[in-house]
Amino acid sequence: MPEWWTYGLSDFLLFSPRTYYRLLEHHNRAMWPAQLLVAGLALVILGLLRRPTTGQGRIISGILALLWIWVSWAFVWKRYATINWAASYLVPLFVLEALLFFWIGVAGGRLIFHLRRNAAGMLGIALLVLALAFYPVLAPLSGRPWEQAEIFGLAPDPTVIASLGLLLLLEGGVRWPLLAVPLLWCLASGATLWAMGSREALILFAAAFFVILAATRPTLRWRKHEYS
Amino acid sequence: MPSEPTLSRRTVVGTLAASAAAVWLRPLSALAQGSPITKPIPSTGERLPIVGLGSWITFNVGEDADLRDECAAVMSAFFAAGGQMIDSSPMYGSSQAVIGYGLNKLRRPGALFSADKVWISSGDRGPGQIEESRRFWGVRRFDLLQVHNLLAWEEHLPALLAMKAEERVRYVGITTSEGRRHEEIEKIMASRPIDFVQVTYNILDREVEERILPLARDRGIAVIANRPFREGALIRSVERHPLPSWAREIGAGSWAQVILKFIASHPAVTCAIPATTKVAHVKENLAAATGPLPDAAMRRRMAADVAAL
Repeated sequence: MPEWWTYGLSDFLLFSPRTYYRLLEHHNRAMWPAQLLVAGLALVILGLLRRPTTGQGRIISGILALLWIWVSWAFVWKRYATINWAASYLVPLFVLEALLFFWIGVAGGRLIFHLRRNAAGMLGIALLVLALAFYPVLAPLSGRPWEQAEIFGLAPDPTVIASLGLLLLLEGGVRWPLLAVPLLWCLASGATLWAMGSREALILFAAAFFVILAATRPTLRWRKHEYS
Repeated sequence: MPSEPTLSRRTVVGTLAASAAAVWLRPLSALAQGSPITKPIPSTGERLPIVGLGSWITFNVGEDADLRDECAAVMSAFFAAGGQMIDSSPMYGSSQAVIGYGLNKLRRPGALFSADKVWISSGDRGPGQIEESRRFWGVRRFDLLQVHNLLAWEEHLPALLAMKAEERVRYVGITTSEGRRHEEIEKIMASRPIDFVQVTYNILDREVEERILPLARDRGIAVIANRPFREGALIRSVERHPLPSWAREIGAGSWAQVILKFIASHPAVTCAIPATTKVAHVKENLAAATGPLPDAAMRRRMAADVAAL
């Protein structure tokens, strides 16, 4: 792009905040009662974290793979891309993330999740709470109707943040290939929200920052003696 | 000494016929509030209202049925007030499809002057993109096709000029925004037979007054002013101040009208294309195209006063 330095974030914003949030509202209406299903899946994940069983990693990885595919198709491709053509380029990345969860976690059985009390573990739990409990109430807290709530497993931002939280709970340390797409989404979606004047952008930027910090600081990485 | 005006039977009959046609072609509501001032497209003399309708962001509402209907209502008010030019681009998400929806809902208003763009880095894929845009709008052909932001203009411009020669488009132009690539714009204006140039121009962004607008006059190129309100930021920045006393002198009842009258009163500017999602705003914008326009002295005063706010 010529003279790219003359472009600001707002030059890339193709739609109004009102249109974007109404998109979420229509998505929630169309998905009902899938909200109950994804809430159930979230409870399954939390239960498996609390009481790990055989195949815990495979089940959580399978749920994440399923939800990444679902969000990419039902929201990013079918809805978001109608107002943001750039979103269509992100769909293959969502599919890639789903395939990685399936390949490494489900087929390979190499992803095992542990609740830990070190900094990375606490951050992972905080991100999970943020995605599962705080994101749905962000809409009313921001003065928007409940119908525009962003729900884990249906909307991309809480799904991505929950995934980042879970990736910080992995046994065996950081899996950069799995972190790459969620971090990229945090930047892309955060930039969009920032251009829209939404303070929710800060959540995504902060999540990406702290996840990178936790993943790159050796003292924050998983260690065997740090099992809870 | 100018000759005395005379009335021949042909003149009277012709005038009556033209008036009857105007009443037939234009909604009565437009006549009620006064038809908008028009300016000629220099290359043909065809006249266009000095306020058009942009679609950047505002018409990109996807499949949202309620918002599509709101856009159609804006278009309806636009045509009812005598508006003609609607401008869009493949870059604007679903805007083209939403315009097509509105045109269908309004039963294809005959006043429409359709302005769209080609925006793709591959010259070979330009015709395909134009055809897709045409289908979105549902028009037989575009009135104006522009190379958006000069993207691959070396390939697209000859193709557009060939389309014009084949009468598959009526006018050809180029666009830029926010002061980008002005040197290149000038070179194209000076060397290519384009009908329109689209640039950013408003009461604060006046760089084009230096070279591009005079060049447009010299070369007989129509000028479309985009981002008249800086996507609303300009209005928000001035509206906390009371309207200056001179606003009444130019028939402006709001800051939006002050800004539009300033833009449209430049002798080289053919029309401004504000975008909006509100019927009240589109009526207000079209109303700015009626009544007096500021002269050169008033324009200087307006620019100085607004810059000092």
